[in-house]
Amino acid sequence: MKQLLTGNEAAAEAAIYAGCRYYYGYPITPQNELINYMSFRMPQVKGTFIQAESEIAAINMVYGSAAAGGRSMTSSSSPGISLKQEGISYLAGSELPCVIVNIQRGGPGLGDISASQADYFQSVKGGGHGDYHVIVLAPSSVQEMADLVYDAFDLADKYRNPVLILGDAQIGQLMEPVEFKKEFKENLPPKDWALTGAKNRNKRVIKSFYPVKGELEVFNAKLQSKYKEIENNEIRYEAVNIHKADVILVAYGTSARICKEVVRKSNHLKFRIGLIRPITLWPFPTEFIRNMSERARCMLTVEMSAGQMVEDVRLAVEGRCPVHFYGRTGGGVPTSLEIVKKIVEIMPKNKAAKTLLQFAGVK
Amino acid sequence: MQAIYEKPETFIDTPTHFCPGCGHGIVLRLIAEIIDAWGIRDKTIGLAPVGCSVLAYNYLDIDMCEAAHGRPPAVATGIKRVHPDHFVFAYQGDGDLAAIGMAEIIHAANRGEHITFIFVNNAIYGMTNGQMAPTTLLGQKSATTLTGRNPLNDGYPIRVCELLSVLEGSSYIERVSISSPENIRKTKKAIEKGFKTQKEKRGFSLIEILSPCPIYWRMDPNESMKYIDEKMTQTFPLGIIKNWKQEE
Repeated sequence: MKQLLTGNEAAAEAAIYAGCRYYYGYPITPQNELINYMSFRMPQVKGTFIQAESEIAAINMVYGSAAAGGRSMTSSSSPGISLKQEGISYLAGSELPCVIVNIQRGGPGLGDISASQADYFQSVKGGGHGDYHVIVLAPSSVQEMADLVYDAFDLADKYRNPVLILGDAQIGQLMEPVEFKKEFKENLPPKDWALTGAKNRNKRVIKSFYPVKGELEVFNAKLQSKYKEIENNEIRYEAVNIHKADVILVAYGTSARICKEVVRKSNHLKFRIGLIRPITLWPFPTEFIRNMSERARCMLTVEMSAGQMVEDVRLAVEGRCPVHFYGRTGGGVPTSLEIVKKIVEIMPKNKAAKTLLQFAGVK
Repeated sequence: MQAIYEKPETFIDTPTHFCPGCGHGIVLRLIAEIIDAWGIRDKTIGLAPVGCSVLAYNYLDIDMCEAAHGRPPAVATGIKRVHPDHFVFAYQGDGDLAAIGMAEIIHAANRGEHITFIFVNNAIYGMTNGQMAPTTLLGQKSATTLTGRNPLNDGYPIRVCELLSVLEGSSYIERVSISSPENIRKTKKAIEKGFKTQKEKRGFSLIEILSPCPIYWRMDPNESMKYIDEKMTQTFPLGIIKNWKQEE
């Protein structure tokens, strides 16, 4: 049965479906529908909801419930996610599974409350201190928000690693039909590392402190091999109209929705525009982008930032074709027309480009 | 032959990293004695802080969790909500609990979490070479108050027990010391009351323990114990500050 929900509410309900019974949050726009939803929904499924005293307390409550073996989650928006970074580093360092939702807003600082994708670096390059990664999933519709949040809990448990859902104010607040297609999980298998009380077994310790020289390096090597495994197994992306494309757009989340419109509008022209939409931002679909770059004339990365993911696209392409960038910042959202104009600007001024401009209604 | 003094089973037989004359070993041993006596090793989860006592999990043979600096009350909350019938205690120092983690302890108390907090107050940051703590006495010298703590610049020593006692969510709060065998016995009794408080689901309990740091107080162990009795208790008076049951 389909329901009409905001992306924030869909994320919350998907977490309940996935067996998450411990939610800790703090109010911040534009993710408020999520914490509000959890406050009445958690008691219905005998789960725990706490409105924490701070973002820092919320992420550390998540840490506690994760250490104790429960599926736990927190959510916030950009400034709040900055505050959580210490906790996220500890979660990664203690190899604890959990899900963190970031409904991005404009920055830096207090910024504004409209949609932004300026937390890409923070999300995929670490965010907190130390050599670590969180798995980053970027939905571009309400349905995908539900699907990815559900999968996020399984990924987190599979790798004992935090998973970050990177949305934005538009994905979080727009309403779309959504269906929860997967199993409603209630009884999850016990975890053989979790703190449950040392009954008939040796004690267990959850920690990220390795004071004896050499031990931390061994632990870091273990983490890196885990990250390698995640890179080998978990990359997700969507490719649209990609074969024989002259220009390949690369975009995620809200930007990718707009790029899809560009692709759709250009479909019947001789001028071919394709789209690669990374769904996992970490691990990044580096190899696929590299392979495609050998066939396209150029790539255009579109983001709601001053240019962050474009760096990873360039690292993937390694000069095989030009990589251009179009972005809006501070809450600005690119329009399909702006993107088309940018494509015309970077392409040779041929007949196809002219048709494209006419199509877009530009003289 | 009857053994009258033994190592508690829960106390792991290993050299500790604590300095000579430090109080942490005594307090950790008391916790181990209680866990043994109550037979609750299999349903107790402890929290270790950041600071001198971070390695508490190397000495206690129970499930334990490390927490970021100041965050044990939040992490303990997350654990207790998953295992509401287990004993959950957090072991924290003065910097951890009363400086960087002040918000977390106040709100854990305010929610009346069924958790026991063992708050070891030695009025100094021992792990980082003896800087001023929030509980450093007025006039007390430290690595960051070379001429003594001056309230005009450094503020005043914080009385955590009194501060938390005004919150409706706190249930049992007592300040004790380990300056003498008699006081150590009282400390054990106080920790037991804390455990009883959570066993009976009566809410938040905190035991503040005045404990010596001879190295950074620049004293020998005997002088340190005397310092607790004669100086520290002037600022931090001993006794039950809040009790859910007036008489027993």
